[in-house]
Amino acid sequence: MADARLVIARRAAAELRAGEIVNLGIGIPTLIPDHLGTDTEVFLHSENGILGVGPRPVDGEIDADLIDAAKRPVTALASASYFDSAQSFAMIRGGHVDVAVLGALQVSHAGDIANWAVPGRDVLGVGGAMDLVVGARRVIVTMTALSSSGEPKVVARCSYPLTAAAAVDVVITEQAVFRRREGRLVLTELLDGASVDDVRRSTGGELAVALELL
Amino acid sequence: MPARVVSLDEALSHVHDGDTILCGGFGLVGAPMSLLDALAERSTARDLTVVSNNIGEPGRGLGALLRQGRIRHGISSYFTSNPEAVAAVNSGTITATLLPQGTFAEAIRAGGAGLGGFYTPVGAGTALAAGKEQRELDGRLQVLERPIRGDVALVYADRADELGNLSYRKTARNFNPLMATAATITIAEVGALVPVGSLDAEAIHTPHLYVDLIVVRDG
Repeated sequence: MADARLVIARRAAAELRAGEIVNLGIGIPTLIPDHLGTDTEVFLHSENGILGVGPRPVDGEIDADLIDAAKRPVTALASASYFDSAQSFAMIRGGHVDVAVLGALQVSHAGDIANWAVPGRDVLGVGGAMDLVVGARRVIVTMTALSSSGEPKVVARCSYPLTAAAAVDVVITEQAVFRRREGRLVLTELLDGASVDDVRRSTGGELAVALELL
Repeated sequence: MPARVVSLDEALSHVHDGDTILCGGFGLVGAPMSLLDALAERSTARDLTVVSNNIGEPGRGLGALLRQGRIRHGISSYFTSNPEAVAAVNSGTITATLLPQGTFAEAIRAGGAGLGGFYTPVGAGTALAAGKEQRELDGRLQVLERPIRGDVALVYADRADELGNLSYRKTARNFNPLMATAATITIAEVGALVPVGSLDAEAIHTPHLYVDLIVVRDG
Protein backbone atom coordinates (compact mmCIF):
# COMPACT_ATOMS: atom_id res chain seq x y z
CA MET A 1 0.00 0.00 0.00
CA ALA A 2 1.18 3.48 -0.83
CA ASP A 3 1.71 6.19 1.78
CA ALA A 4 -1.82 7.18 2.86
CA ARG A 5 -1.11 10.89 2.82
CA LEU A 6 0.24 10.77 -0.72
CA VAL A 7 -2.70 8.71 -1.97
CA ILE A 8 -5.07 11.28 -0.48
CA ALA A 9 -3.15 14.30 -1.77
CA ARG A 10 -2.86 12.87 -5.30
CA ARG A 11 -6.58 12.11 -5.47
CA ALA A 12 -7.50 15.51 -4.02
CA ALA A 13 -5.35 17.23 -6.63
CA ALA A 14 -7.50 15.58 -9.31
CA GLU A 15 -10.57 17.35 -7.85
CA LEU A 16 -9.18 20.77 -8.71
CA ARG A 17 -9.73 22.45 -12.06
CA ALA A 18 -7.60 24.96 -13.89
CA GLY A 19 -8.22 28.54 -12.85
CA GLU A 20 -9.93 27.78 -9.58
CA ILE A 21 -9.35 29.79 -6.40
CA VAL A 22 -8.28 27.28 -3.77
CA ASN A 23 -7.62 27.57 -0.03
CA LEU A 24 -5.50 24.76 1.40
CA GLY A 25 -5.57 23.90 5.09
CA ILE A 26 -2.67 22.55 7.10
CA GLY A 27 -1.45 18.93 6.88
CA ILE A 28 -2.32 16.76 3.87
CA PRO A 29 -3.71 19.66 1.79
CA THR A 30 -0.27 21.26 1.70
CA LEU A 31 0.96 18.25 -0.31
CA ILE A 32 -1.58 18.86 -3.10
CA PRO A 33 0.38 21.42 -5.19
CA ASP A 34 3.07 18.78 -5.82
CA HIS A 35 0.46 16.59 -7.49
CA LEU A 36 -1.21 19.14 -9.76
CA GLY A 37 -0.66 18.59 -13.47
CA THR A 38 1.22 21.28 -15.37
CA ASP A 39 -2.03 22.14 -17.17
CA THR A 40 -3.90 22.65 -13.90
CA GLU A 41 -2.86 26.06 -12.68
CA VAL A 42 -4.90 27.06 -9.67
CA PHE A 43 -4.65 30.22 -7.59
CA LEU A 44 -3.94 29.60 -3.93
CA HIS A 45 -5.67 31.89 -1.45
CA SER A 46 -4.33 32.08 2.08
CA GLU A 47 -6.59 33.67 4.66
CA ASN A 48 -3.84 35.79 6.21
CA GLY A 49 -4.10 38.01 3.16
CA ILE A 50 -2.67 36.75 -0.13
CA LEU A 51 -4.09 35.44 -3.39
CA GLY A 52 -1.40 33.82 -5.53
CA VAL A 53 0.75 31.88 -3.08
CA GLY A 54 3.81 30.50 -4.87
CA PRO A 55 6.17 27.65 -4.02
CA ARG A 56 8.11 27.44 -0.78
CA PRO A 57 11.15 29.73 -0.89
CA VAL A 58 14.66 28.40 -1.25
CA ASP A 59 17.23 29.55 1.29
CA GLY A 60 18.06 33.19 0.85
CA GLU A 61 14.67 33.88 -0.72
CA ILE A 62 12.81 34.00 2.60
CA ASP A 63 10.86 37.22 3.21
CA ALA A 64 9.79 37.71 6.84
CA ASP A 65 6.68 39.60 5.69
CA LEU A 66 5.48 36.80 3.41
CA ILE A 67 3.88 33.79 5.09
CA ASP A 68 0.87 31.55 4.62
CA ALA A 69 -1.86 30.84 7.16
CA ALA A 70 0.27 28.07 8.69
CA LYS A 71 2.89 30.80 9.34
CA ARG A 72 5.36 29.16 6.96
CA PRO A 73 7.45 31.30 4.60
CA VAL A 74 6.12 31.25 1.06
CA THR A 75 6.73 33.06 -2.22
CA ALA A 76 4.22 35.03 -4.27
CA LEU A 77 3.31 34.51 -7.92
CA ALA A 78 3.74 37.39 -10.35
CA SER A 79 -0.07 37.68 -10.29
CA ALA A 80 -0.28 37.84 -6.49
CA SER A 81 -2.24 40.41 -4.54
CA TYR A 82 -2.30 41.27 -0.85
CA PHE A 83 -5.26 42.38 1.25
CA ASP A 84 -6.33 42.83 4.84
CA SER A 85 -8.01 40.13 6.93
CA ALA A 86 -11.54 41.55 6.63
CA GLN A 87 -11.30 41.49 2.84
CA SER A 88 -9.75 38.03 2.94
CA PHE A 89 -12.71 36.66 4.86
CA ALA A 90 -15.18 38.61 2.74
CA MET A 91 -13.73 36.62 -0.17
CA ILE A 92 -14.32 33.41 1.77
CA ARG A 93 -17.80 34.11 3.18
CA GLY A 94 -18.89 35.82 -0.01
CA GLY A 95 -18.42 32.67 -2.06
CA HIS A 96 -15.47 33.96 -4.08
CA VAL A 97 -13.19 31.10 -3.07
CA ASP A 98 -14.03 28.08 -5.21
CA VAL A 99 -12.61 25.30 -3.09
CA ALA A 100 -11.44 24.78 0.48
CA VAL A 101 -9.43 21.62 1.11
CA LEU A 102 -8.95 20.88 4.78
CA GLY A 103 -8.58 18.14 7.33
CA ALA A 104 -11.21 16.97 9.81
CA LEU A 105 -11.56 15.00 13.02
CA GLN A 106 -15.00 13.70 11.99
CA VAL A 107 -17.40 14.05 9.08
CA SER A 108 -20.95 12.77 9.43
CA HIS A 109 -23.07 11.11 6.75
CA ALA A 110 -25.02 14.38 6.53
CA GLY A 111 -21.83 16.29 5.68
CA ASP A 112 -21.48 17.84 9.12
CA ILE A 113 -17.85 18.53 9.95
CA ALA A 114 -15.97 18.68 13.24
CA ASN A 115 -12.41 19.90 12.88
CA TRP A 116 -11.67 22.51 15.53
CA ALA A 117 -12.16 21.06 18.98
CA VAL A 118 -11.93 17.82 20.90
CA PRO A 119 -14.21 17.56 23.95
CA GLY A 120 -12.30 17.75 27.19
CA ARG A 121 -9.29 19.28 25.50
CA ASP A 122 -8.44 22.87 24.76
CA VAL A 123 -11.09 24.53 22.61
CA LEU A 124 -9.31 27.81 22.15
CA GLY A 125 -8.29 27.87 18.52
CA VAL A 126 -10.76 28.00 15.68
CA GLY A 127 -8.88 30.23 13.25
CA GLY A 128 -10.54 30.37 9.84
CA ALA A 129 -11.99 26.85 9.87
CA MET A 130 -15.64 27.86 10.36
CA ASP A 131 -15.46 30.66 7.80
CA LEU A 132 -13.93 28.35 5.19
CA VAL A 133 -16.37 25.46 5.50
CA VAL A 134 -19.36 27.79 5.47
CA GLY A 135 -18.14 30.11 2.73
CA ALA A 136 -16.15 28.13 0.18
CA ARG A 137 -18.22 26.97 -2.79
CA ARG A 138 -16.85 23.40 -2.54
CA VAL A 139 -15.50 21.87 0.63
CA ILE A 140 -13.19 18.90 0.23
CA VAL A 141 -12.06 17.06 3.34
CA THR A 142 -8.80 15.13 3.19
CA MET A 143 -8.25 12.79 6.11
CA THR A 144 -7.12 9.29 6.95
CA ALA A 145 -10.01 6.85 7.33
CA LEU A 146 -9.23 6.14 10.97
CA SER A 147 -8.09 8.33 13.84
CA SER A 148 -4.76 7.65 15.54
CA SER A 149 -6.70 5.57 18.07
CA GLY A 150 -8.32 3.50 15.30
CA GLU A 151 -11.78 5.09 15.34
CA PRO A 152 -13.63 5.79 12.06
CA LYS A 153 -13.64 9.44 11.11
CA VAL A 154 -16.61 9.17 8.77
CA VAL A 155 -19.38 8.71 11.33
CA ALA A 156 -23.15 8.51 11.62
CA ARG A 157 -23.16 11.65 13.78
CA CYS A 158 -20.27 13.84 14.91
CA SER A 159 -19.54 13.46 18.61
CA TYR A 160 -17.03 16.32 18.56
CA PRO A 161 -18.11 19.98 18.53
CA LEU A 162 -19.33 20.96 15.06
CA THR A 163 -17.50 23.35 12.80
CA ALA A 164 -20.55 23.55 10.53
CA ALA A 165 -23.55 21.42 9.59
CA ALA A 166 -24.09 19.98 6.10
CA ALA A 167 -21.00 21.71 4.76
CA VAL A 168 -18.81 18.98 3.26
CA ASP A 169 -19.11 18.11 -0.43
CA VAL A 170 -16.34 15.55 -0.85
CA VAL A 171 -14.36 13.37 1.55
CA ILE A 172 -11.13 11.73 0.41
CA THR A 173 -9.41 9.08 2.53
CA GLU A 174 -6.62 6.67 1.59
CA GLN A 175 -9.33 4.12 0.80
CA ALA A 176 -12.14 6.00 -0.82
CA VAL A 177 -13.89 9.05 -2.17
CA PHE A 178 -17.28 10.00 -0.72
CA ARG A 179 -19.55 12.60 -2.26
CA ARG A 180 -22.56 14.27 -0.72
CA ARG A 181 -25.54 13.42 -2.89
CA GLU A 182 -29.04 14.52 -1.90
CA GLY A 183 -27.80 15.44 1.53
CA ARG A 184 -25.97 12.21 2.29
CA LEU A 185 -22.40 11.02 1.88
CA VAL A 186 -22.13 8.23 -0.67
CA LEU A 187 -19.08 6.07 -1.39
CA THR A 188 -18.35 6.78 -5.05
CA GLU A 189 -14.81 5.57 -5.65
CA LEU A 190 -12.31 3.11 -4.22
CA LEU A 191 -8.63 4.01 -3.97
CA ASP A 192 -5.38 2.10 -3.75
CA GLY A 193 -6.89 -1.40 -3.96
CA ALA A 194 -9.44 -0.97 -1.16
CA SER A 195 -12.72 -2.94 -1.34
CA VAL A 196 -16.20 -1.81 -0.37
CA ASP A 197 -15.91 -4.07 2.67
CA ASP A 198 -12.62 -2.42 3.66
CA VAL A 199 -14.34 0.95 3.53
CA ARG A 200 -17.36 -0.35 5.42
CA ARG A 201 -15.11 -1.60 8.23
CA SER A 202 -13.52 1.81 8.63
CA THR A 203 -16.73 3.83 8.42
CA GLY A 204 -19.13 4.54 11.27
CA GLY A 205 -22.87 3.98 10.78
CA GLU A 206 -24.41 2.52 7.67
CA LEU A 207 -22.37 3.12 4.53
CA ALA A 208 -24.19 4.30 1.41
CA VAL A 209 -22.55 2.93 -1.73
CA ALA A 210 -23.00 4.36 -5.21
CA LEU A 211 -24.75 2.05 -7.65
CA GLU A 212 -21.73 1.99 -9.94
CA LEU A 213 -19.67 0.30 -7.24
CA LEU A 214 -22.16 -2.50 -6.50
CA MET B 1 -5.31 66.45 13.57
CA PRO B 2 -2.12 65.26 11.88
CA ALA B 3 -0.39 62.37 13.60
CA ARG B 4 2.57 63.19 15.81
CA VAL B 5 5.89 61.38 15.76
CA VAL B 6 6.68 60.48 19.36
CA SER B 7 9.06 58.40 21.46
CA LEU B 8 8.14 54.91 22.63
CA ASP B 9 7.73 56.22 26.17
CA GLU B 10 5.35 58.96 25.13
CA ALA B 11 3.35 56.52 23.03
CA LEU B 12 3.07 54.12 25.96
CA SER B 13 1.89 56.87 28.30
CA HIS B 14 -1.46 56.54 26.50
CA VAL B 15 -1.94 52.95 27.68
CA HIS B 16 -3.73 52.81 31.04
CA ASP B 17 -4.85 50.19 33.52
CA GLY B 18 -8.02 48.44 32.35
CA ASP B 19 -7.66 49.51 28.71
CA THR B 20 -8.73 47.45 25.74
CA ILE B 21 -5.74 47.14 23.41
CA LEU B 22 -6.24 46.25 19.75
CA CYS B 23 -3.08 44.73 18.34
CA GLY B 24 -2.25 43.92 14.69
CA GLY B 25 -0.33 40.93 13.43
CA PHE B 26 -0.87 37.35 12.30
CA GLY B 27 1.27 35.46 14.74
CA LEU B 28 4.20 37.86 15.03
CA VAL B 29 4.19 38.85 11.35
CA GLY B 30 3.01 42.42 11.16
CA ALA B 31 2.90 42.76 14.95
CA PRO B 32 4.21 46.05 16.41
CA MET B 33 7.12 44.37 18.19
CA SER B 34 8.92 47.50 19.44
CA LEU B 35 5.72 48.82 21.01
CA LEU B 36 4.94 45.44 22.56
CA ASP B 37 8.48 44.99 23.89
CA ALA B 38 8.38 48.46 25.41
CA LEU B 39 4.91 47.86 26.83
CA ALA B 40 6.27 44.80 28.62
CA GLU B 41 9.50 46.42 29.78
CA ARG B 42 8.64 50.06 30.43
CA SER B 43 4.92 50.34 31.18
CA THR B 44 3.00 49.12 34.21
CA ALA B 45 -0.47 49.17 32.66
CA ARG B 46 -2.38 46.12 33.82
CA ASP B 47 -5.83 44.51 33.78
CA LEU B 48 -5.67 44.81 30.02
CA THR B 49 -8.10 43.33 27.53
CA VAL B 50 -6.20 42.39 24.39
CA VAL B 51 -7.82 41.99 21.01
CA SER B 52 -5.48 40.20 18.67
CA ASN B 53 -5.69 37.20 16.37
CA ASN B 54 -3.13 35.43 18.59
CA ILE B 55 -1.84 36.16 22.08
CA GLY B 56 1.73 36.35 20.76
CA GLU B 57 4.10 33.48 21.29
CA PRO B 58 5.55 32.26 24.60
CA GLY B 59 7.31 35.28 26.11
CA ARG B 60 7.18 37.24 22.85
CA GLY B 61 4.90 40.03 21.72
CA LEU B 62 1.68 39.91 23.75
CA GLY B 63 3.07 36.69 25.24
CA ALA B 64 5.46 38.81 27.33
CA LEU B 65 2.56 40.77 28.85
CA LEU B 66 0.76 37.51 29.50
CA ARG B 67 3.75 36.18 31.48
CA GLN B 68 3.70 39.32 33.58
CA GLY B 69 0.05 38.71 34.50
CA ARG B 70 -1.08 42.00 32.98
CA ILE B 71 -3.71 40.58 30.65
CA ARG B 72 -7.18 40.08 32.13
CA HIS B 73 -9.13 39.09 29.02
CA GLY B 74 -8.27 38.00 25.50
CA ILE B 75 -10.40 38.23 22.36
CA SER B 76 -8.86 36.12 19.62
CA SER B 77 -9.44 33.46 16.99
CA TYR B 78 -6.44 31.34 17.85
CA PHE B 79 -5.13 31.26 21.42
CA THR B 80 -3.60 27.89 20.58
CA SER B 81 -0.48 29.35 18.97
CA ASN B 82 0.68 30.36 22.47
CA PRO B 83 0.39 27.35 24.81
CA GLU B 84 0.91 29.69 27.77
CA ALA B 85 -2.25 31.58 26.79
CA VAL B 86 -4.18 28.32 26.64
CA ALA B 87 -2.84 27.38 30.07
CA ALA B 88 -3.76 30.81 31.46
CA VAL B 89 -7.35 30.43 30.24
CA ASN B 90 -7.62 26.89 31.57
CA SER B 91 -6.31 27.92 34.98
CA GLY B 92 -8.65 30.91 35.12
CA THR B 93 -5.83 33.46 35.16
CA ILE B 94 -7.36 35.15 32.11
CA THR B 95 -10.77 34.94 30.48
CA ALA B 96 -11.20 34.36 26.78
CA THR B 97 -13.57 35.18 23.96
CA LEU B 98 -13.00 32.94 20.94
CA LEU B 99 -14.31 34.08 17.57
CA PRO B 100 -14.02 32.61 14.07
CA GLN B 101 -11.24 34.51 12.36
CA GLY B 102 -13.46 36.14 9.75
CA THR B 103 -15.96 37.17 12.40
CA PHE B 104 -13.14 38.57 14.51
CA ALA B 105 -11.87 40.64 11.56
CA GLU B 106 -15.33 41.83 10.56
CA ALA B 107 -16.24 42.77 14.14
CA ILE B 108 -13.24 45.09 14.29
CA ARG B 109 -14.07 46.47 10.86
CA ALA B 110 -17.63 47.07 12.07
CA GLY B 111 -16.29 48.77 15.19
CA GLY B 112 -14.28 51.17 13.10
CA ALA B 113 -17.08 51.69 10.62
CA GLY B 114 -19.73 52.78 13.11
CA LEU B 115 -21.95 49.72 12.73
CA GLY B 116 -24.05 48.14 15.45
CA GLY B 117 -23.20 44.60 14.37
CA PHE B 118 -23.81 42.12 11.59
CA TYR B 119 -25.35 38.72 10.92
CA THR B 120 -23.11 35.93 9.65
CA PRO B 121 -23.79 32.27 8.91
CA VAL B 122 -20.33 31.41 10.23
CA GLY B 123 -20.55 29.68 13.59
CA ALA B 124 -24.35 29.56 13.58
CA GLY B 125 -25.58 26.44 15.34
CA THR B 126 -22.15 25.74 16.87
CA ALA B 127 -20.75 26.14 20.37
CA LEU B 128 -19.36 29.54 19.39
CA ALA B 129 -22.89 30.91 18.90
CA ALA B 130 -23.88 30.07 22.49
CA GLY B 131 -25.58 33.03 24.12
CA LYS B 132 -25.82 35.01 20.89
CA GLU B 133 -28.97 35.92 18.98
CA GLN B 134 -29.50 33.59 16.02
CA ARG B 135 -32.15 33.92 13.35
CA GLU B 136 -32.89 32.55 9.95
CA LEU B 137 -32.22 35.05 7.18
CA ASP B 138 -32.44 34.19 3.48
CA GLY B 139 -33.00 30.57 4.41
CA ARG B 140 -29.83 30.26 6.48
CA LEU B 141 -29.32 30.31 10.21
CA GLN B 142 -27.18 33.34 11.06
CA VAL B 143 -25.68 34.68 14.25
CA LEU B 144 -25.61 38.31 15.36
CA GLU B 145 -22.08 39.49 16.02
CA ARG B 146 -21.39 42.77 17.76
CA PRO B 147 -18.65 45.25 16.86
CA ILE B 148 -15.33 45.46 18.69
CA ARG B 149 -13.66 48.74 19.63
CA GLY B 150 -10.70 49.54 21.80
CA ASP B 151 -9.05 52.32 23.77
CA VAL B 152 -5.71 51.99 22.03
CA ALA B 153 -4.72 50.31 18.76
CA LEU B 154 -1.12 49.19 18.26
CA VAL B 155 -0.33 48.55 14.61
CA TYR B 156 2.72 48.00 12.46
CA ALA B 157 3.22 49.49 9.00
CA ASP B 158 6.22 49.22 6.71
CA ARG B 159 6.16 52.93 5.93
CA ALA B 160 4.42 56.07 7.10
CA ASP B 161 4.60 59.67 6.03
CA GLU B 162 4.80 62.46 8.57
CA LEU B 163 1.02 62.97 8.54
CA GLY B 164 0.36 59.34 9.43
CA ASN B 165 -0.57 57.84 6.07
CA LEU B 166 0.38 54.15 6.31
CA SER B 167 1.52 51.60 3.77
CA TYR B 168 1.85 47.95 4.72
CA ARG B 169 4.02 45.27 3.15
CA LYS B 170 2.84 41.88 1.86
CA THR B 171 1.17 39.64 4.45
CA ALA B 172 2.32 41.91 7.29
CA ARG B 173 -0.84 43.90 6.49
CA ASN B 174 -3.33 41.35 7.93
CA PHE B 175 -5.35 42.87 10.80
CA ASN B 176 -3.42 46.14 11.04
CA PRO B 177 -5.63 48.31 8.80
CA LEU B 178 -8.70 47.12 10.72
CA MET B 179 -7.24 47.71 14.16
CA ALA B 180 -6.15 51.20 13.08
CA THR B 181 -9.80 52.20 12.53
CA ALA B 182 -11.35 50.92 15.73
CA ALA B 183 -9.66 52.54 18.73
CA THR B 184 -9.81 55.91 20.44
CA ILE B 185 -6.04 56.31 19.98
CA THR B 186 -4.14 54.60 17.18
CA ILE B 187 -0.39 54.23 17.57
CA ALA B 188 1.50 53.12 14.47
CA GLU B 189 4.96 51.61 14.73
CA VAL B 190 6.60 52.06 11.36
CA GLY B 191 9.64 50.64 9.64
CA ALA B 192 10.44 53.94 7.96
CA LEU B 193 9.16 57.50 8.14
CA VAL B 194 9.11 59.39 4.84
CA PRO B 195 8.17 62.92 3.81
CA VAL B 196 4.58 63.74 2.87
CA GLY B 197 4.16 63.17 -0.86
CA SER B 198 6.70 60.39 -1.18
CA LEU B 199 4.20 57.56 -0.65
CA ASP B 200 2.23 56.68 -3.77
CA ALA B 201 -1.28 57.95 -2.93
CA GLU B 202 -2.68 54.80 -4.59
CA ALA B 203 -0.68 52.65 -2.19
CA ILE B 204 -1.79 54.26 1.07
CA HIS B 205 -3.75 51.53 2.84
CA THR B 206 -4.57 53.50 5.99
CA PRO B 207 -5.27 57.20 5.40
CA HIS B 208 -3.82 59.46 8.08
CA LEU B 209 -7.15 60.39 9.68
CA TYR B 210 -7.04 57.04 11.51
CA VAL B 211 -3.57 57.54 12.99
CA ASP B 212 -2.74 59.58 16.10
CA LEU B 213 0.84 58.74 17.02
CA ILE B 214 3.80 57.36 15.09
CA VAL B 215 6.79 55.56 16.56
CA VAL B 216 9.72 54.54 14.39
CA ARG B 217 10.69 50.91 14.92
CA ASP B 218 13.80 50.25 17.02
CA GLY B 219 16.91 49.15 15.16
